[in-house]
Amino acid sequence: MNFPSADKSHQPRTEQIILFRVSGQTFAISSASVQEVRSVDNIAGMARDLPESHLKKVRHSIRRGDRTLYIVNAAIHFGLQPQPASLVFFLRRTRAALLIDGIEKMTTMTRLQALSQAFQGEERNWYRGLTALDQAVVPVVYPEGFLSLEELTLLEAAQSSADTRLASSDNHGAQVQ
Amino acid sequence: MTTATESSQQSFVLLRLGERRFALPASQVAELVAPSRVFRFPHKSPALEGVILRRGRMIALCDIAEQLTGKRLDTRRFNLLATRKYESQLDWIAIPVSGECELINSEMMDASSNDSPHVDGWLSHGGEVIEVLRLSALTPGPAETLLPAPLRDFAEARS
Repeated sequence: MNFPSADKSHQPRTEQIILFRVSGQTFAISSASVQEVRSVDNIAGMARDLPESHLKKVRHSIRRGDRTLYIVNAAIHFGLQPQPASLVFFLRRTRAALLIDGIEKMTTMTRLQALSQAFQGEERNWYRGLTALDQAVVPVVYPEGFLSLEELTLLEAAQSSADTRLASSDNHGAQVQ
Repeated sequence: MTTATESSQQSFVLLRLGERRFALPASQVAELVAPSRVFRFPHKSPALEGVILRRGRMIALCDIAEQLTGKRLDTRRFNLLATRKYESQLDWIAIPVSGECELINSEMMDASSNDSPHVDGWLSHGGEVIEVLRLSALTPGPAETLLPAPLRDFAEARS
Protein backbone atom coordinates (compact mmCIF):
# COMPACT_ATOMS: atom_id res chain seq x y z
CA MET A 1 0.00 0.00 0.00
CA ASN A 2 1.31 3.42 -0.87
CA PHE A 3 1.05 6.08 1.78
CA PRO A 4 0.71 9.68 0.72
CA SER A 5 4.09 11.36 0.52
CA ALA A 6 2.77 14.15 2.76
CA ASP A 7 3.11 11.77 5.73
CA LYS A 8 6.87 12.05 5.50
CA SER A 9 6.84 15.78 5.96
CA HIS A 10 5.08 15.42 9.31
CA GLN A 11 7.87 13.38 10.81
CA PRO A 12 9.76 15.58 13.24
CA ARG A 13 13.17 16.57 11.99
CA THR A 14 16.05 17.26 14.25
CA GLU A 15 19.02 19.53 13.92
CA GLN A 16 22.30 19.51 15.79
CA ILE A 17 22.98 22.85 17.39
CA ILE A 18 25.70 24.47 19.45
CA LEU A 19 24.62 26.56 22.41
CA PHE A 20 27.02 29.42 22.96
CA ARG A 21 27.27 32.34 25.35
CA VAL A 22 27.69 35.99 24.58
CA SER A 23 27.66 38.49 27.48
CA GLY A 24 25.55 36.20 29.63
CA GLN A 25 23.00 35.42 26.89
CA THR A 26 22.64 32.00 25.37
CA PHE A 27 22.22 31.58 21.64
CA ALA A 28 22.08 28.56 19.35
CA ILE A 29 23.65 28.01 15.98
CA SER A 30 23.35 25.03 13.69
CA SER A 31 26.49 22.96 14.11
CA ALA A 32 26.49 22.48 10.34
CA SER A 33 27.14 26.23 10.02
CA VAL A 34 30.29 26.13 12.10
CA GLN A 35 33.35 25.04 10.21
CA GLU A 36 35.87 25.42 12.96
CA VAL A 37 36.20 26.65 16.55
CA ARG A 38 39.46 28.24 17.65
CA SER A 39 40.57 30.02 20.77
CA VAL A 40 41.17 33.74 20.53
CA ASP A 41 44.77 33.28 21.70
CA ASN A 42 45.26 30.84 18.87
CA ILE A 43 44.37 33.29 16.13
CA ALA A 44 45.72 36.49 17.66
CA GLY A 45 48.92 36.36 15.63
CA MET A 46 47.02 35.87 12.38
CA ALA A 47 44.42 38.60 12.79
CA ARG A 48 44.92 41.91 11.08
CA ASP A 49 43.76 45.28 12.34
CA LEU A 50 41.09 47.12 10.40
CA PRO A 51 41.68 50.64 11.71
CA GLU A 52 39.40 52.22 9.14
CA SER A 53 36.45 49.91 9.75
CA HIS A 54 33.31 51.95 10.26
CA LEU A 55 31.69 49.01 11.96
CA LYS A 56 32.23 48.95 15.67
CA LYS A 57 31.56 45.23 15.75
CA VAL A 58 34.39 44.43 13.31
CA ARG A 59 37.91 45.51 14.19
CA HIS A 60 39.91 42.67 12.70
CA SER A 61 40.08 40.41 9.71
CA ILE A 62 41.81 37.13 9.12
CA ARG A 63 43.04 35.45 5.99
CA ARG A 64 41.80 31.88 5.51
CA GLY A 65 42.98 30.30 2.28
CA ASP A 66 42.12 32.68 -0.50
CA ARG A 67 39.39 34.47 1.50
CA THR A 68 39.39 37.29 3.96
CA LEU A 69 37.04 36.76 6.87
CA TYR A 70 35.86 39.54 9.13
CA ILE A 71 35.86 38.91 12.85
CA VAL A 72 32.52 40.03 14.26
CA ASN A 73 32.21 40.76 17.95
CA ALA A 74 28.91 39.01 18.68
CA ALA A 75 28.24 41.08 21.80
CA ILE A 76 28.40 44.35 19.90
CA HIS A 77 26.39 42.86 17.04
CA PHE A 78 23.56 42.03 19.44
CA GLY A 79 23.87 45.30 21.36
CA LEU A 80 25.17 43.60 24.51
CA GLN A 81 27.90 44.74 26.85
CA PRO A 82 31.10 43.20 25.44
CA GLN A 83 33.10 40.90 27.64
CA PRO A 84 36.49 39.38 26.90
CA ALA A 85 35.82 36.79 24.21
CA SER A 86 37.55 33.45 24.35
CA LEU A 87 36.49 31.61 21.22
CA VAL A 88 36.04 32.25 17.52
CA PHE A 89 33.55 30.42 15.32
CA PHE A 90 34.58 30.21 11.69
CA LEU A 91 31.27 30.01 9.86
CA ARG A 92 30.60 28.17 6.63
CA ARG A 93 29.32 30.02 3.59
CA THR A 94 29.80 33.45 5.13
CA ARG A 95 32.60 35.99 5.39
CA ALA A 96 32.09 36.28 9.13
CA ALA A 97 34.03 34.74 11.98
CA LEU A 98 32.29 35.17 15.30
CA LEU A 99 33.86 36.20 18.61
CA ILE A 100 31.97 34.55 21.46
CA ASP A 101 32.47 34.09 25.19
CA GLY A 102 32.15 30.32 25.29
CA ILE A 103 30.30 27.18 24.33
CA GLU A 104 27.70 25.72 26.66
CA LYS A 105 27.00 22.46 24.94
CA MET A 106 25.97 20.70 21.78
CA THR A 107 22.45 19.45 21.63
CA THR A 108 19.57 18.67 19.29
CA MET A 109 16.54 20.76 18.54
CA THR A 110 13.36 19.20 17.28
CA ARG A 111 11.39 22.33 16.66
CA LEU A 112 12.21 25.78 15.37
CA GLN A 113 9.45 28.31 15.77
CA ALA A 114 9.32 31.29 13.48
CA LEU A 115 9.94 34.62 15.12
CA SER A 116 6.61 36.23 15.93
CA GLN A 117 5.49 38.88 13.47
CA ALA A 118 5.55 41.22 16.45
CA PHE A 119 9.33 41.29 16.13
CA GLN A 120 9.93 43.81 13.40
CA GLY A 121 13.48 45.05 14.01
CA GLU A 122 16.92 43.89 12.93
CA GLU A 123 16.30 40.68 14.83
CA ARG A 124 14.43 39.36 11.82
CA ASN A 125 17.82 39.20 10.09
CA TRP A 126 19.60 37.90 13.17
CA TYR A 127 17.47 34.88 14.01
CA ARG A 128 16.10 31.94 12.09
CA GLY A 129 13.64 31.52 14.92
CA LEU A 130 13.32 30.38 18.50
CA THR A 131 13.63 26.98 20.04
CA ALA A 132 12.64 25.73 23.48
CA LEU A 133 15.22 23.65 25.33
CA ASP A 134 14.79 22.46 28.92
CA GLN A 135 11.94 24.91 29.49
CA ALA A 136 14.04 27.83 28.27
CA VAL A 137 13.77 29.82 25.07
CA VAL A 138 16.88 30.13 22.93
CA PRO A 139 17.18 32.23 19.79
CA VAL A 140 18.69 30.34 16.87
CA VAL A 141 21.00 32.63 14.95
CA TYR A 142 21.10 32.98 11.23
CA PRO A 143 24.82 32.71 10.26
CA GLU A 144 24.44 34.97 7.24
CA GLY A 145 22.88 37.62 9.47
CA PHE A 146 26.10 38.79 11.09
CA LEU A 147 27.20 40.84 8.11
CA SER A 148 24.89 42.43 5.59
CA LEU A 149 25.90 43.10 2.03
CA GLU A 150 26.30 46.81 2.83
CA GLU A 151 28.49 46.00 5.80
CA LEU A 152 30.64 43.70 3.69
CA THR A 153 31.12 46.46 1.14
CA LEU A 154 32.29 48.82 3.88
CA LEU A 155 34.62 46.20 5.28
CA GLU A 156 36.14 45.43 1.91
CA ALA A 157 36.95 49.10 1.50
CA ALA A 158 38.51 49.16 4.97
CA GLN A 159 40.45 46.00 4.17
CA SER A 160 41.73 47.44 0.94
CA SER A 161 42.93 50.51 2.80
CA ALA A 162 44.59 48.35 5.46
CA ASP A 163 46.31 46.27 2.77
CA THR A 164 47.68 49.40 1.14
CA ARG A 165 48.98 50.61 4.47
CA LEU A 166 50.51 47.21 5.17
CA ALA A 167 52.32 47.25 1.87
CA SER A 168 54.00 50.54 2.78
CA SER A 169 54.90 49.65 6.34
CA ASP A 170 55.88 46.45 8.00
CA ASN A 171 52.96 45.71 10.29
CA HIS A 172 52.65 42.52 12.22
CA GLY A 173 49.83 40.55 13.90
CA ALA A 174 47.21 42.33 15.97
CA GLN A 175 45.70 41.58 19.33
CA VAL A 176 42.11 40.36 18.92
CA GLN A 177 39.62 41.85 21.37
CA MET B 1 -37.19 41.80 16.23
CA THR B 2 -35.49 40.17 19.19
CA THR B 3 -34.01 37.55 16.93
CA ALA B 4 -32.57 40.21 14.67
CA THR B 5 -30.95 41.96 17.64
CA GLU B 6 -29.50 38.74 18.98
CA SER B 7 -28.05 37.80 15.63
CA SER B 8 -26.07 41.04 15.47
CA GLN B 9 -24.54 40.36 18.85
CA GLN B 10 -21.00 39.11 19.10
CA SER B 11 -18.90 37.69 21.91
CA PHE B 12 -16.28 39.92 23.46
CA VAL B 13 -13.75 39.49 26.21
CA LEU B 14 -13.56 42.41 28.61
CA LEU B 15 -10.11 42.98 29.99
CA ARG B 16 -8.91 45.32 32.69
CA LEU B 17 -5.87 47.56 32.36
CA GLY B 18 -5.50 49.59 35.53
CA GLU B 19 -8.72 51.45 36.18
CA ARG B 20 -10.13 50.99 32.70
CA ARG B 21 -11.81 48.18 30.85
CA PHE B 22 -11.38 47.38 27.17
CA ALA B 23 -12.76 44.69 24.91
CA LEU B 24 -11.44 42.28 22.34
CA PRO B 25 -13.52 40.10 20.05
CA ALA B 26 -13.65 36.69 21.72
CA SER B 27 -12.61 35.10 18.43
CA GLN B 28 -9.17 36.70 18.89
CA VAL B 29 -8.67 35.51 22.45
CA ALA B 30 -7.18 32.11 23.06
CA GLU B 31 -6.50 31.90 26.76
CA LEU B 32 -6.00 33.73 30.02
CA VAL B 33 -2.98 32.45 31.92
CA ALA B 34 -1.06 33.29 35.05
CA PRO B 35 2.09 35.33 34.48
CA SER B 36 5.09 33.12 33.82
CA ARG B 37 8.78 33.58 33.25
CA VAL B 38 9.62 36.09 30.54
CA PHE B 39 12.50 35.01 28.33
CA ARG B 40 14.51 37.97 27.10
CA PHE B 41 17.00 38.00 24.28
CA PRO B 42 18.51 40.79 22.18
CA HIS B 43 16.11 42.42 19.74
CA LYS B 44 15.22 45.84 18.36
CA SER B 45 11.47 45.85 18.87
CA PRO B 46 11.15 48.13 21.90
CA ALA B 47 7.44 47.48 22.45
CA LEU B 48 8.18 43.85 23.24
CA GLU B 49 9.50 42.61 26.56
CA GLY B 50 10.43 39.12 25.44
CA VAL B 51 8.57 35.88 25.02
CA ILE B 52 6.71 33.53 27.28
CA LEU B 53 6.54 29.79 26.84
CA ARG B 54 3.09 28.30 26.85
CA ARG B 55 2.44 24.68 25.89
CA GLY B 56 5.56 24.60 23.78
CA ARG B 57 4.65 27.78 21.94
CA MET B 58 6.81 30.88 22.31
CA ILE B 59 4.62 33.97 22.47
CA ALA B 60 5.78 37.58 22.28
CA LEU B 61 4.82 39.67 25.33
CA CYS B 62 3.62 43.21 24.77
CA ASP B 63 2.35 45.58 27.47
CA ILE B 64 -0.26 47.80 25.81
CA ALA B 65 -1.40 49.52 29.02
CA GLU B 66 0.87 52.53 28.66
CA GLN B 67 -0.47 53.30 25.20
CA LEU B 68 -4.06 53.07 26.39
CA THR B 69 -3.97 54.47 29.90
CA GLY B 70 -0.78 56.51 29.97
CA LYS B 71 0.94 54.35 32.55
CA ARG B 72 2.37 50.89 32.86
CA LEU B 73 0.55 48.28 34.87
CA ASP B 74 1.41 48.18 38.57
CA THR B 75 0.05 44.68 38.92
CA ARG B 76 -0.02 41.97 36.33
CA ARG B 77 -2.48 39.34 37.31
CA PHE B 78 -2.77 37.47 34.04
CA ASN B 79 -1.50 37.32 30.51
CA LEU B 80 -4.20 37.37 27.88
CA LEU B 81 -3.15 35.29 24.90
CA ALA B 82 -4.60 36.72 21.73
CA THR B 83 -4.13 36.12 18.04
CA ARG B 84 -3.62 38.42 15.11
CA LYS B 85 -4.07 37.22 11.57
CA TYR B 86 -1.61 37.89 8.77
CA GLU B 87 -2.99 36.33 5.61
CA SER B 88 -3.56 32.72 6.57
CA GLN B 89 -1.07 32.75 9.45
CA LEU B 90 -2.12 33.33 13.03
CA ASP B 91 0.37 35.27 15.11
CA TRP B 92 0.06 34.99 18.87
CA ILE B 93 0.69 37.78 21.32
CA ALA B 94 0.55 37.90 25.12
CA ILE B 95 -0.90 40.99 26.78
CA PRO B 96 -0.51 41.55 30.52
CA VAL B 97 -3.79 42.52 32.20
CA SER B 98 -4.45 43.67 35.74
CA GLY B 99 -7.65 41.82 36.57
CA GLU B 100 -10.12 39.12 35.74
CA CYS B 101 -11.55 39.01 32.25
CA GLU B 102 -15.22 38.62 31.42
CA LEU B 103 -16.94 37.11 28.42
CA ILE B 104 -19.98 39.04 27.26
CA ASN B 105 -22.33 39.16 24.31
CA SER B 106 -22.94 42.59 22.96
CA GLU B 107 -23.57 44.55 19.84
CA MET B 108 -20.62 46.56 18.61
CA MET B 109 -21.00 50.05 17.28
CA ASP B 110 -18.47 50.65 14.52
CA ALA B 111 -15.69 53.15 15.09
CA SER B 112 -15.93 56.45 13.30
CA SER B 113 -13.23 58.25 11.39
CA ASN B 114 -12.65 60.45 14.45
CA ASP B 115 -11.67 57.52 16.61
CA SER B 116 -8.08 56.51 17.22
CA PRO B 117 -6.66 53.81 14.94
CA HIS B 118 -6.60 51.34 17.82
CA VAL B 119 -10.40 51.58 18.24
CA ASP B 120 -12.26 48.96 16.25
CA GLY B 121 -15.62 49.87 17.74
CA TRP B 122 -17.58 50.57 20.90
CA LEU B 123 -19.64 48.50 23.30
CA SER B 124 -22.18 49.63 25.80
CA HIS B 125 -22.07 47.32 28.80
CA GLY B 126 -23.09 47.74 32.43
CA GLY B 127 -23.42 51.48 32.06
CA GLU B 128 -19.95 51.78 30.61
CA VAL B 129 -18.90 52.61 27.08
CA ILE B 130 -16.00 50.33 26.26
CA GLU B 131 -13.47 50.52 23.44
CA VAL B 132 -13.10 47.41 21.33
CA LEU B 133 -9.40 47.22 20.58
CA ARG B 134 -7.76 46.69 17.23
CA LEU B 135 -4.71 44.70 18.29
CA SER B 136 -2.83 45.23 15.06
CA ALA B 137 -2.74 48.97 15.81
CA LEU B 138 -1.51 48.49 19.36
CA THR B 139 1.06 45.77 18.98
CA PRO B 140 3.96 45.72 16.55
CA GLY B 141 3.57 43.76 13.35
CA PRO B 142 4.27 43.98 9.66
CA ALA B 143 2.99 47.09 7.96
CA GLU B 144 2.30 44.94 4.98
CA THR B 145 2.16 41.20 4.91
CA LEU B 146 5.72 39.97 4.77
CA LEU B 147 5.15 36.26 5.04
CA PRO B 148 6.72 33.82 5.01
CA ALA B 149 8.99 34.47 7.95
CA PRO B 150 12.70 34.05 7.22
CA LEU B 151 12.97 30.40 8.01
CA ARG B 152 15.31 28.36 5.97
CA ASP B 153 16.23 24.70 5.76
CA PHE B 154 14.05 23.54 8.58
CA ALA B 155 10.87 21.60 8.14
CA GLU B 156 9.30 21.95 11.54
CA ALA B 157 9.23 25.73 11.59
CA ARG B 158 5.82 27.13 12.37
CA SER B 159 4.32 29.85 14.45
